Parts: sequence; C-alpha cells; structure tokens
Amino acid sequence: MLRIDAAGVHYRHLNEQIRETVRAGETVLVLDNVNGQRYIGTGLESDQVRITIHGVPGNDLAAFMSGPAITVWGNAQDGVSNTMNSGTVVVHGGAGDVLGYGMRGGKLFIRGDVGYRVGIHMKEYKDLVPVLMVGGRAGAFFGEYMAGGRLILLGLDRPAGSPLTGDYLGTGMHGGVIYLRGRPEEHTLGREVKMFDLDEVDWAFLNPLLDEFCRYYDRDPGRLRAAEFRKLVPVSHRPYGLLYTP
Amino acid sequence: MRNYLPPEYIVHIDQDRCRRCGECVRTCAFGTLRFEHGAWRQAMSVFQHGRDDLERVFDRIRDNVPDRVAADNKKCVQCHYCVAHCPEGAISIQPNPLAYRGNHHWEPHHLKNIWLQAETGGMVLTGSGNDKAYFSYFDHMVLDACQVTNPSIDPLREPMELRTYLGSLPDALEFESGPEGPVLKTRLAPSVRLDTPLVFPAMSYGAISLNAQKALAKAAVSCGILMNTGEGGMHEDLYPYAHRMVVQVASGRFGVNPGYLRRGAVVEIKIGQGAKPGIGGHLPGEKVDEGVSQTRMIPVGSDALSPAPHHDIYSIEDLSQLIFALKEATEYTKPVSVKIAAVHNVAAIASGIARAGADIITIDGFRGGTGATPLAIRDHVGIPIEMALAAVDDRLRREGIRNRVSLVASGGIRHSGDVAKAIALGADAVAIGTAALIAMGCRLCQKCYTGNCNWGIATQKPELTARLDPDRAAENLANLIRGWSLELKEILGALGLNSVESLRGSRLRLRGVGLSDADLQVLGIRNAGVGA
Repeated sequence: MLRIDAAGVHYRHLNEQIRETVRAGETVLVLDNVNGQRYIGTGLESDQVRITIHGVPGNDLAAFMSGPAITVWGNAQDGVSNTMNSGTVVVHGGAGDVLGYGMRGGKLFIRGDVGYRVGIHMKEYKDLVPVLMVGGRAGAFFGEYMAGGRLILLGLDRPAGSPLTGDYLGTGMHGGVIYLRGRPEEHTLGREVKMFDLDEVDWAFLNPLLDEFCRYYDRDPGRLRAAEFRKLVPVSHRPYGLLYTP
Repeated sequence: MRNYLPPEYIVHIDQDRCRRCGECVRTCAFGTLRFEHGAWRQAMSVFQHGRDDLERVFDRIRDNVPDRVAADNKKCVQCHYCVAHCPEGAISIQPNPLAYRGNHHWEPHHLKNIWLQAETGGMVLTGSGNDKAYFSYFDHMVLDACQVTNPSIDPLREPMELRTYLGSLPDALEFESGPEGPVLKTRLAPSVRLDTPLVFPAMSYGAISLNAQKALAKAAVSCGILMNTGEGGMHEDLYPYAHRMVVQVASGRFGVNPGYLRRGAVVEIKIGQGAKPGIGGHLPGEKVDEGVSQTRMIPVGSDALSPAPHHDIYSIEDLSQLIFALKEATEYTKPVSVKIAAVHNVAAIASGIARAGADIITIDGFRGGTGATPLAIRDHVGIPIEMALAAVDDRLRREGIRNRVSLVASGGIRHSGDVAKAIALGADAVAIGTAALIAMGCRLCQKCYTGNCNWGIATQKPELTARLDPDRAAENLANLIRGWSLELKEILGALGLNSVESLRGSRLRLRGVGLSDADLQVLGIRNAGVGA
C-alpha cells in the first residue's frame, strides 16, 4: 500500500506519481488531503488497482478509466467517469454535473444528490453495460441522449415535496433503461421515453445492484425495495429517423 | 408530388453498341438500370384482362425475345459508375434539358426540394460539400514568382524542404551549458512530423467504408502524413497504421477508450465541421453493421447519434478540461487538436482554443464535405476557409500566441495552388478530404447519405465496398500526394523559397485580383499590381 499526501500538489504531479506507482506494480493507493485535483484515475488501465481518496477529488475523476476501483470519502465534482470503460467508482457523498458522460462500462455509485446532465449518452455494447446509481436526486437532463446502460435513481433522503429529477428526463433517449425509485413528475419526462412497471428481468438485474449499494452505504435493502420503482425506456431506438426527406 | 418530379438526368443506352452483358444492370446500387423485355411488355399492355393466362404465353415469348437495357431516369444520380464500367462505352448521361422551366430566381433545385418537402415534411439531406456558386477567394488570389532581380530555385536540382511539424512551439528556447556545448533546457511539447504539409481529414468508418479508410491509412503511412479516424473509433485492421492516424473524440464518444487514445499519433476533439457547423451527426441504423458496431461499440442497427455539442463542453474552460483529460490519458505524449468549423467569430474562438491548451487547431471552411447533413445547413452556414484562416492567423499573431498552435486548414482544397495559397495565408498544413475521395473514384454525386455509393466509398454494403481495392486506392492517394508535393516544390522554387516554412503566413507573396477593399483587408493581402 502506498499513501500519498496530496495537500498542495498540482494534479499533474499527483497523477504522474499515481501512474508511476501503478507501473511499478503497486495496487493499493490511498490519497490523503485531496482538494480539487483533477483527472485522478484518468486513463488508468488495470483491473487490480484500488484507490482510496480522502477529500474532494476534482473534475474528470476516472475519465477514460479502464479497470481500477476508486472509493471517495467525500464529495466528488463534475465529470466523474467521463467516457469510462470499466471499473468501479464509489462516492460517499454527492457529486456535480455531467457524470458518466458517454460511459460505456463499469459502475459509478453516488450516495447523495447529483447535478445536471448526468448519464448523458451512456452506451452499451455486448457485455459492456455501464451502471450509474444515484442515492439522492438528480438535476435536469438526467439520461439525455442515453443510448445504453442503466441509470438508477433512488431519491433517498429527499425533503418532502422535492422532485426526483429536474426537467428533460431522458430527452433523446434511444437505448438503455432508467430505473427510478419513486414517480417522476409527468412534465419532467422527455418526449422520447415511456414509463413502465418493473418486470422480473428488471428485478433480477436490479436486486444485486441494490444490495451492492446498501453494502457501500450501510443501508437496509429491505426498506429500499419497499418503495415503488418505475422504469423509463425509449419509445424508439431511432427517435430521429423521420426527420429527413428520403 | 414525388411522382411528378422530372428526372434530373437522362440515361441514354446506345442499343447498337450494347451487347446485353448486364454489367450495368447488376452493379447500379440505385437500381437505375434493368433488363427490359420489349415484346413481352408491349403485348401485356394490349391485353388488360386475362393477364394470368397470358402470362404463361408471354413467358415463352420472353424467353425468345432478346433483352434490352432500359433506364429509370429518375433513379440516376449521375455517379458515372455504369458509364465508366460499360465495356462497350454504350452508356451516356446528360442533364435533362427539359426538366424545369428556366428561371433565374427559382432554380431547378429550389423547385425540386419544395416538391420533396411538400410530400414528406422532412429536412432535405445531402452529402459532400457546399456546391453553390459562392465567390471563391482562392480563385481571386495569385502567387508571386521571382524574375531577374531575385533568383528562383530549381527544385529538380536543389533541396526543397516540405517537411512540417504539427504541435505547439515554446515561446522561447532556454539553453544551459554542458560539457559538449549548450544543451536545450526547454521541455518541448510533443509534435508530429509530416513529410509534406498535407493530411487526410476526419472521415469516419460508418460515413465511409473500411476499405476507404484502409486506403487512406496505407497512403498516410507511405507518404509520411496523417489520416483521421473521424468519430467512429478505429477498426482493428487499422492498428498497424495507427502511428499515422489522428484519433477523434467527438460528442458521441464512439469507440473511445484508453487504448484508442494511446494508439493514435494525435488526439483530436471534434467541435465542428465545415459542412455542418453547429449541428451533430446521425449515422442511421442501416449503416451500423457488424464491423461498424464493433468499432463504434454500439449494437448493430442502432442509430449512432452525435449530439450537436459535447454536453460537457459549454465554455473555453470546459474545452480546456477535456484537452487536459486527453493529455492526462495519453501522458502528455501526443499533441491534442481541436477541430472547429469556420464561423463568423472564428478568430476569437481559435484564440480561446489556443489558450485552452490545444496544440493544433483544424479549421474547416464552408466548402468542407460530409457524409450527411441537412442541405439548408451545408449551403448556408459558415464562412470561406480563406477568410477564416487569414482572420485566425492574424489574431493569433497579434496576440503573440501563434507559436502555441499549428493551424490545419480544410474545406474545398482542390489543387496544389489552393494548398500554397492556404499556407501563404497562415496554414501549417492543409487537409484534403473531398480531393482524396475523388482520387479513390468519387464522382461528387452527393448521395453519400443514401449508403448506396457505387464506388464503394460512402457505403457499408458488402457488395459495394468490395468494389474499392484498398491497395489500389492507396496507390492512387499516394500518387496524388506525390503530384501535389512536386507542384508545391515548383511553386516554392518559383517563389525563390527552399522550404515550405518560409511560405507560411507570408501574405506578401499573395495578391488579390478583383477583390473589394474589405476582402483584401480581411485576407491581409494587397491588390495585384501593387509592388512590395
């Protein structure tokens, strides 16, 4: 195990140190006093590496990442798991905007609320199915242009009367599934999605993930499942097929 | 309304020459040509009743009547595949002279599109680049040459340097003394060497066929230049050429993973494209076959939608974030390029991009091509590359940051003369897309979006893509690059220069012919007849 004190270290040096450490064969890294350093884990390729972050990592945490597992003891900022390939990121706090943009594999767990434009253009291919799970609420454009993968929004601990998501939920969605614990307000739904109840296939997929979520954040899975779940799927895989004169 | 549309072209089959070999009937992907059984048809039209009984009779007649090739003129796109491949030279195609009533304001294409849209309510799609009669600044600029008082250089006998490096240059060089003399102290940014100042621009696997991409990649390697994946990922057949490839990251992030980023020579963020500034791309599901699916990493048959903006880039600061994310992911070993369309405010935007940390800026003018775009965008949005290039080069110089980026200009570059003029206006290198496609056989029929390209270039249909031999096409491309490079050397020699570097941004060597004062001012050149 290697501990790195990130206090006052520029991101370029911090990430260089991380990469060199990983190259030297180290698999367990603990970063202390992280305070806004960007690009931690960006482009990192290894299935063995475990990084624990104490503090608040900066934007583009785990961008283009392939394989590593990152745990953040704190909040995260924007762009977590940007175009991520595989691996796991667990954030013990809230996170900012544009999480999981173009994400094509791996898992991202956020304990609390997230900002705008989360899960945009997530996509899947064969056994690469990205999962982005949010414990709290989400801002507008959740799952916009979504082309694949699974977005799960639990809406836990939200003040009474506060909406599950902002507007334009699933706008332009043409693949994948959005699972919602609770009912979104009708006016927030994008035109390209339809709401359904969950079937057995959905639960078979969702159950292990809910258990995983509860393990990370010490929640009671029974109580989590007790609430009403709905799913959003695209009306069409080709929402824009009829825009053109043949 | 569609039924009333007159054919744009008339296909004439010389029946005396035609020996009914069926080559054209088999090969036209638009289904224009077919065998017709004259006697059978004629007879059928006489008998309106009892067709079923008669059919058997006429089947027998048909078997005994020689076929003839007939054309459904309405389907012809004038791509000339049949003309070029008819062994008897029996096919000719002409514009339909009587298609539309003459009118200088309401031109045929206006009428045609209105009728099409009146029927479908959709947008009119097109491919290739803006074909409208906008003023060409290239055609109104001329290059200088040496006469008497300063000697020209003969490139046949004297060395002539076309080598060009793309990448960021430092503001100054610092040296420290070492035991064997001064040692460079400044850390240089990564750069890429081009043997001649030409590159192939972004054309994705999906928009064009894998064979077309292979041809471009092979030619790029053999000529020491670059080709560009476009936003479609990199097919594994292209890995051997990856060291001469620009890997593109666009709003859809198709096929982007750490391996993809590391494999390429340059990483390019695509913001815009000259043929469709400000809008995204839709690769229709029909074109997403097994190969495209693997490379883009999306399911077979699903639409590949590239949103208009990157949803994580709403500002220069956001762009900077992605630039450095890519630099981090490639450990600062590769230049990062940003491609934008030439638009009104291009100079300020380019300045922002240079300050955001890009090493290369690619500017695509409004003549730039595409696999598919709404006609209304292609023909009416964006500005000429000549103007954009001059404005950007000027702005970066005035701000003292021209060294921080290399400029690549593209959008309708037709010959080495355009290349030389673009370099004199400030380009480090010039990207040639449409010209490269033409070198592979493209006839500019502009039907790329249909996926029916008879020449095997802009299609994914296996029977069509098989028509393009990547080795032969690569040879054609390499020949074109060689030809233009030789011409560039001649032009440089005539200018009395022995290195393309000396021409870069040397606008004193350009003169305008028939341009307005405002044009001359933006281009930063003087009028013909005005001396040095």
